[in-house]
Amino acid sequence: MAKKISILIVDDEESVRESLYSWFIEDGYRVECAENARKALTILESDQFDIVLADIKMPGMDGLEMLRRIKAHKKDSIVIVMTAFATVDTAVKALKDGAFDYITKPFDPDDLTHLIRNATKQISLADENETLKSQVISLENVEDLIGNSEAMRNVLKEVENVAQTNSSVIITGESGTGKELVARAIHANSPRKFFPFVSVHCGALTESLLESELFGHEKGAFTGAMYNRKGRFEMADSGSIFLDEIATISNKMQVELLRVLESKTFIRVGGNKEISSDFRVICATNKDLKGMVEKGTFREDLFYRLNVVNIHIPPLRERKTDIPLLVDYFIKKYCISMNKSPIGIDSAALKRLQEFNFPGNIRELENMIERAIVVGDGKKISLKDLPLEKTMVSNSAESLDDFERAFILQILIKYSWNISRTAKALKVDRVTLYNKIKKYDLKPADQQ
Amino acid sequence: MNLQNITLISFGYFEKTFLEQIADAVAGEFHCGLNLKEGHIDLSEFYDAGRRQYNGNSLLKYVDMIQIPEAGKTLGLFNVDLFIPILTYIFGQAFLGGRTGIASLYRLSNDRYGIIGDDGFLLDRFTKEVIHELGHTFGLIHCNQPTCVMRSSTYVEDIDQKDRHFCLKCRESIGIL
Repeated sequence: MAKKISILIVDDEESVRESLYSWFIEDGYRVECAENARKALTILESDQFDIVLADIKMPGMDGLEMLRRIKAHKKDSIVIVMTAFATVDTAVKALKDGAFDYITKPFDPDDLTHLIRNATKQISLADENETLKSQVISLENVEDLIGNSEAMRNVLKEVENVAQTNSSVIITGESGTGKELVARAIHANSPRKFFPFVSVHCGALTESLLESELFGHEKGAFTGAMYNRKGRFEMADSGSIFLDEIATISNKMQVELLRVLESKTFIRVGGNKEISSDFRVICATNKDLKGMVEKGTFREDLFYRLNVVNIHIPPLRERKTDIPLLVDYFIKKYCISMNKSPIGIDSAALKRLQEFNFPGNIRELENMIERAIVVGDGKKISLKDLPLEKTMVSNSAESLDDFERAFILQILIKYSWNISRTAKALKVDRVTLYNKIKKYDLKPADQQ
Repeated sequence: MNLQNITLISFGYFEKTFLEQIADAVAGEFHCGLNLKEGHIDLSEFYDAGRRQYNGNSLLKYVDMIQIPEAGKTLGLFNVDLFIPILTYIFGQAFLGGRTGIASLYRLSNDRYGIIGDDGFLLDRFTKEVIHELGHTFGLIHCNQPTCVMRSSTYVEDIDQKDRHFCLKCRESIGIL
């Protein structure tokens, strides 16, 4: 289990202590407060804290003196100083005396979070000893990334290998295979996991929105811009940026993107300060990017910059052994969200799902299960709850006979093998239907 | 654990249908009874002229003092710019494991950032914020699951990255499995 980070807040203003206490408690830290430096030092004699967040200006002993005493006692302590009026002198003095960093009041919530995450990262790195390093590192659980087939185990292995590096990754695979989940898994298992995972759906961005969306803008940059707004690259600082549907971006966007990826710097719209951001790029596409490069519709230089590692997610039809696991998972997920008692699935329905080709992949399976739980009787998912009739034929039929067999079977299932209703739906007489059933050796699932 | 009733009190003007949609989503997520009430407050008492914002700590305490019979958890809904002394702004806050929280719509609107307004985004963001703060009142701390509604969000687009729902672990923690 992860160690709970502890923070000691030292500030003479009660409202500041109160605010910071509430903020950190919600983040799951162990938090204590002291109203002056002397009290803080007394607390530190009997208890250890990973981070000390101290005001510089306090009555009696000030924050800088306290910092020196803490450092004299424990050199590797992480002390962050807070000041209402930051001056270069104060900052330099604090950093010279060993402060981890300093921050000016009031803080931007995002800056505070970043600062504490940086400190937390330092603590975790320090705590990583040789024993831990030699242990097998298991993948951090990412909900929804389900599968035990060989194909999926290979994907997870690749995720594990690539997560520890800083390389750009392109995830390829058909729509609905879970490319974003794989990207999240890479992030969650990387040293960047303490920082944001920012997702950008390139297909949804028009060129005109691009600049502000990716680079952000300054307050007053244009009418209505009342506050500064961070762009996606800035948000992803120290974390990962996921560019989905990368193949859809225009030529102009490709040039802009390449420039930012190379320099990792940009300027907010309406601003004049160059901002740098340390992000890792993970892209996804369901298109053949290499083919696009050959056709000249995707820049070769950008392709090679992005395509350092390629992870291909196989379609669901190539890992059908994962279907039972996925079905179980989605049943649990949707029963919970619909406040229904957990239900099962009968063997005929599961068998049929395993025979289906799922052109829409996992997303299609998920939608099917969700629908089945909504329309079902609340006991068990059966064939009649699954909307396989129309789609299944086109996937499994290889000849006209196959097509006819599958189609008749679906309509029989739809009408629970009621011959009269099925014949009526198929617009044939009952005798013709009986002949077809005989010809194709069709039987209800429970008689197979 | 038996979940108690949740009361949402709106302070200031909100569209009725907007609030009803929030209420439905909250009731659906917590699977418990939900009351929607209208509150009246003199917000000038909470206004900090120096910062041109409203003090979130004081508002939270004010809402906490409102006694509502049979209300398990209470969340005050505002449409003003909230701050706490140490932070430049907050979207909301709550007493961890307590009975009260507050959330504000103010900074969730695209319009504040000079981007074309989007009612769908606004509803989605506010719903998440309301569920998130209520989650704190049930004792939930921030969650590391990328899409869990209890994931910490420090800027507006960060809210868009998560779902409206609790992850399985958070659900288990508060007994809504």
